[in-house]
Amino acid sequence: MLEIKKLQAGIEDKPILKGIDLSVNAGEVHAIMGPNGSGKSTLASVLAGREGFDVTGGEVLYNGNDLLDLAPEERARDGVFLAFQYPVEIPGVNSAYFLRSAVNAVRTHCGEEELDAMNFLKAVKAKMKELGLNEDFLKRPVNTGFSGGEKKRNEILQMAMLNPRLAILDETDSGLDIDALRIVADGVNRLKRDDNAQLVITHYQRLLEYIVPDFVHVLHDGRIIKTGDKSLALELEEKGYDWLVKEAA
Amino acid sequence: MSQAAATDFAATPAEAFAAIEQNGVALMPLRKAGLARFSESGYPSLRDEDWRFTNIEPLTDLPFRPIIDPIDQAPSMEKLGDVAFGRTEADRLVFIDGHFNADLSQTGDQPSGVTVTHLASGLAGLERKVGSLSGGDDNPFVALNDAFFTDGALIQIGDGQCLAKPVHLLFVTTAGKDGESAHIRNWINAGANAHGTIIESHLSLGQAATVTNVVTESRIGDGANLEHVKFQDQSAKAFHLASLHSELGRDARYAFHSIALGARLSRNNLRMRLARPGIECVLNGLYMMRGQQLADHHMIVEHAAPHCDSHEYFNGVLDDQSRGVFHGRILVQPGAQKTDAKQTNKNLLLSDDATANTKPQLEIYADDVKCTHGATIGEMDDDAIFYLRTRGLDTLTVRRMLMHGFAGEIIERIRLDTVREELNALVWDRLEAEHQLD
Repeated sequence: MLEIKKLQAGIEDKPILKGIDLSVNAGEVHAIMGPNGSGKSTLASVLAGREGFDVTGGEVLYNGNDLLDLAPEERARDGVFLAFQYPVEIPGVNSAYFLRSAVNAVRTHCGEEELDAMNFLKAVKAKMKELGLNEDFLKRPVNTGFSGGEKKRNEILQMAMLNPRLAILDETDSGLDIDALRIVADGVNRLKRDDNAQLVITHYQRLLEYIVPDFVHVLHDGRIIKTGDKSLALELEEKGYDWLVKEAA
Repeated sequence: MSQAAATDFAATPAEAFAAIEQNGVALMPLRKAGLARFSESGYPSLRDEDWRFTNIEPLTDLPFRPIIDPIDQAPSMEKLGDVAFGRTEADRLVFIDGHFNADLSQTGDQPSGVTVTHLASGLAGLERKVGSLSGGDDNPFVALNDAFFTDGALIQIGDGQCLAKPVHLLFVTTAGKDGESAHIRNWINAGANAHGTIIESHLSLGQAATVTNVVTESRIGDGANLEHVKFQDQSAKAFHLASLHSELGRDARYAFHSIALGARLSRNNLRMRLARPGIECVLNGLYMMRGQQLADHHMIVEHAAPHCDSHEYFNGVLDDQSRGVFHGRILVQPGAQKTDAKQTNKNLLLSDDATANTKPQLEIYADDVKCTHGATIGEMDDDAIFYLRTRGLDTLTVRRMLMHGFAGEIIERIRLDTVREELNALVWDRLEAEHQLD
């Protein structure tokens, strides 16, 4: 589904990603771990198409096509979803209006019929219930005045409604208490199917107790320095990153 | 027509005043004092601190032609066409060039303790009141209004009374000559625990460089709750000068919304005095300018008593060579402890040639208060654009959504559903039709 080959990227003249190779197949959950500054969020940004990052080498294929050639909205319509580490507050834009527009943009692209207000509400309310979100949530402006936990749950709600084939979760666990973490993880696990994949970026092993990865990759200084199974995450929790960094050096 | 006679020969306020004296209208002492004050001050200029961003020379270059008598042929309701807020069931007072028009007006079943009429009909008994709230103001346009006002709304809501339906004040200018001016005075008195909604709209039928000079005095009693929506959508050549002078009673709730879309130059002076504890005052404004337009909101919120909240929210969308001016002064007097004052002014510039001048000012003489202010001037937020695009929305949709949101932030504070919805649709149409979003 996703083929990242020798990807190099940076901001202005500063290289951040220095040759990433990663393959993700349908039905898999991959975790990307690494210390601060290793390039985790840059990878997420480049995959989602944020401006300001220059790709200087390598390529990214998504279902066999060049992903980096697409605008962010085209990626989204093709099923790529980024759950933001810091969801953006958008005052004045009603959550229901926004989410329905987004759902219908994706549906139209996929040749499906648009959801009318009634059917949209029915669908979104069911998902909100699963995520423990109050109904007044829909009337509020997008992320505006939301608590950290609400923002993260909103990301998962959007993900559930947009039903992506490749979900990238950028430090979705940061700023969550244990209860919120469990709700968010449950939400992510419910979306797991044989025909989609998840790329979970996290600093801590904690999230991986709830979202169990098939593969764990350790990112350091813009490169994947080790790949293993879920036991690697536990080992990192115990020993930190330093031993791996030394081993790689 | 005495109007033509009075205005054609007059080029200055002093000359025009002869017609006022000739007509023998009420409140002569107030009028003469106003003229005297104006004669002394003259028009403000860019050298005045309160006017440094708003050049009114295009207005002062015009001959002074107050419309002292009503025109013979008032426009028909059909001509007024699809008047804003037509969907809101309301009592309607219509003023043409500052003169009450009974045929176009419609007032219904208000309770017995409520008066909804035009000021000229009820001046007896108000001699000592008109001017009592605006009197301390050194704004030369208030002085001119004192001298020349013809009419305006008179709304009195008795203690414990409630407006049975909203009152819509519709001010229309029909004048065809540059410099013709309507001077309007509104007097609003809400008694203790009175409730109501007032809508005030200003529209133009003609395209001349006309002047509207409106002064509103409002006294809001203890525990009263009033919402006031002012909608200004005059022609692109018009000049609009407004001032609101409010005194609020204990535990009063007052929300004033200023939606400024029209006029070549508009200025809203808001003077709020919070003189009793427990008041909640919201000043909420949206201006959307293009071409050479300028909108100026200038407010002073005086906290003269403890435990009062005042919130000001002003958003501006500025396109082409237009300009938005915001001056917000919060004055916290000694003893006004537990004041909670918040002020924001956000400007969205859609063109490199648009200008925003914003001047928030806090002046605090009490030590246990919470006062915040913030101002932004800029383009659309790139992070917000990216966020929305990653949800599948294309750039044009995103820009529209953000612009709508920016205006919507202000509109959504309007409590009366029909007015809020109508304004929302109107602002949206306007943004779509008139502003380049891509």
